[in-house]
Amino acid sequence: MPPDTFFSGAPHWTWFIIPYFFVGGLAGGAYFLAAVLDWFGHAEDRPVVRTGYDVAAIGIIISGALLTIDLGKPLRFWHMLFQSANFPTIMFKGWSPISFGAWAILVCGLFAVLSALGARAEEGQLQSAALRAVGGAVRGGVAKLVTGVGGLLGLFVAGYTGVLLSVTNRPIWADSPWLGALFLVSGVSTGAAALIVFAPRRGATTRSLEWLSSFDTRALVTELLVLVLFIVSLGAVNRVWLSFWGLLLVVGVLALGILWPLRLHAKRAPVGQAARLVLLGGFLLRVATMLASEGIDRYRVAGGM
Amino acid sequence: MAQAMGFFTDTTVCIGCKACEVACKEWNQLPAENGGVRELSGDSYDNTRKLDGIHWRHVRFIEQFKGPYDGRWLMMSDVCKHCVQAGCLDVCPTGAIIRTQFDTVVIQSDVCNGCRACIAACPFGVIDINPVSGTAQKCTLCYDRLQVGLEPACSKACPTDSIQFGAISELRTRAEKRVAQLKSQGVDAQLYGASPTGPLGGLNSFYLLVDKPEVYGLPAHPELPSQNLRKSAGLSVASAAVMGVLALVGLRKRRMDEQAGASGPGGTSHAS
Repeated sequence: MPPDTFFSGAPHWTWFIIPYFFVGGLAGGAYFLAAVLDWFGHAEDRPVVRTGYDVAAIGIIISGALLTIDLGKPLRFWHMLFQSANFPTIMFKGWSPISFGAWAILVCGLFAVLSALGARAEEGQLQSAALRAVGGAVRGGVAKLVTGVGGLLGLFVAGYTGVLLSVTNRPIWADSPWLGALFLVSGVSTGAAALIVFAPRRGATTRSLEWLSSFDTRALVTELLVLVLFIVSLGAVNRVWLSFWGLLLVVGVLALGILWPLRLHAKRAPVGQAARLVLLGGFLLRVATMLASEGIDRYRVAGGM
Repeated sequence: MAQAMGFFTDTTVCIGCKACEVACKEWNQLPAENGGVRELSGDSYDNTRKLDGIHWRHVRFIEQFKGPYDGRWLMMSDVCKHCVQAGCLDVCPTGAIIRTQFDTVVIQSDVCNGCRACIAACPFGVIDINPVSGTAQKCTLCYDRLQVGLEPACSKACPTDSIQFGAISELRTRAEKRVAQLKSQGVDAQLYGASPTGPLGGLNSFYLLVDKPEVYGLPAHPELPSQNLRKSAGLSVASAAVMGVLALVGLRKRRMDEQAGASGPGGTSHAS
């Protein structure tokens, strides 16, 4: 007999939600790393910090847009934030990941935009007087507070999507408690990779990039460990990987996205090569875990269950 | 709250006529599939196949045939279980899903924004998007009819009383008597979802089955999705802490290397 999760229906979370999970994780991870470097790094890390705030702000805005477009009724996106019948009473369920996730994206997005404006003001890049005023206000202690809280929110955004999937009754997602941890570590790892790819254009120093590369190596090892724990915890459900999605998980995520970048790091190859592979692996991780589960609905119907 | 109301479905007397499906579609003005163009399943006499946003009732045909003279039909009119502890209601981020005064679970279509969290949360695969409204929909246990003292359309139309509507306490008594009657005749009958101490606090639409629940497409041990929250969130927090420690340890190591003069500015690099 199939596991209990096989009797549920697929939510059709596919080609808007998969990029949303990837971009949201990457943006949250980049925000967290930028905040860490802002608080504890050197002055020479500033180009990476500024890049991180930009990646976070743009990524979270894109995430919010993808999430909204995916709704059956996009113009009702605000129903997740306020009670539609009692506006402006807040709509919040602390035990529902999709509810606190909607709030997290909104608040983290606001913090990320403030951090990005502060960084742009620092570079003197803001043309608009209004933006200059906002960016100029985010400095000193205020900037530290904004980035500190925002960085933690970034970690939350990177990881809550996996928890959201676990709090369902769907195959794979609900069958393992490790998906939140896996998405979080992957989000931070892809965030580091994005900074390695984009920060050189903002003048990042070799030493900053080396630190990011060294951090990503450790994050990839952690991701490998969590991926193994995730697979082991699935038990009998692992038979779902006897499909194209299993091949994608092994070749795309494990080999291309984790092991090969680790090998490149070990060989001290140019860090950009490994970073691009990490980004690919992070995206394919979402594709494999989402679509392997989504496909089981069709199996269920075809089987007459 | 008024008395808890619901369905008791005795699958042993279901004849698969699908009158309940038709009555449900008609009363709730649910659209036809494929714009009314007939589409056959091709491998079953059941062409509805599953519950979804435009099929709130589904008479499931379980066709167990080993050969032309060796087999049996099982039939079950399936519907939303109106769980006492409803996963869909738990996760809904908009407050669109409510519990009514009849202890039933209803989706308010004008509040739902189609996020589909409820679809993934339901252990029975009951809910889906109605392509016309763009919102999640399912059986309302004819909330509109209940409010004016009418019986739901499906049970009203059922010609064999396979679907029985009434107060849950009364239905449970009736169901237990029926199980005892069938057992006295040598039939291995059992109730699914009738016990208030069972999974999900009991189902307000419960069933009499003569085989394992999985044979009827029902999970043996349906669970609330929120039971996964604590463990999953805990492990995520732990992994976040690991990421934080790794970042800080890395920065400390860099600082110590600098102090030891192990790597000066502009030192050897593999960055590009």
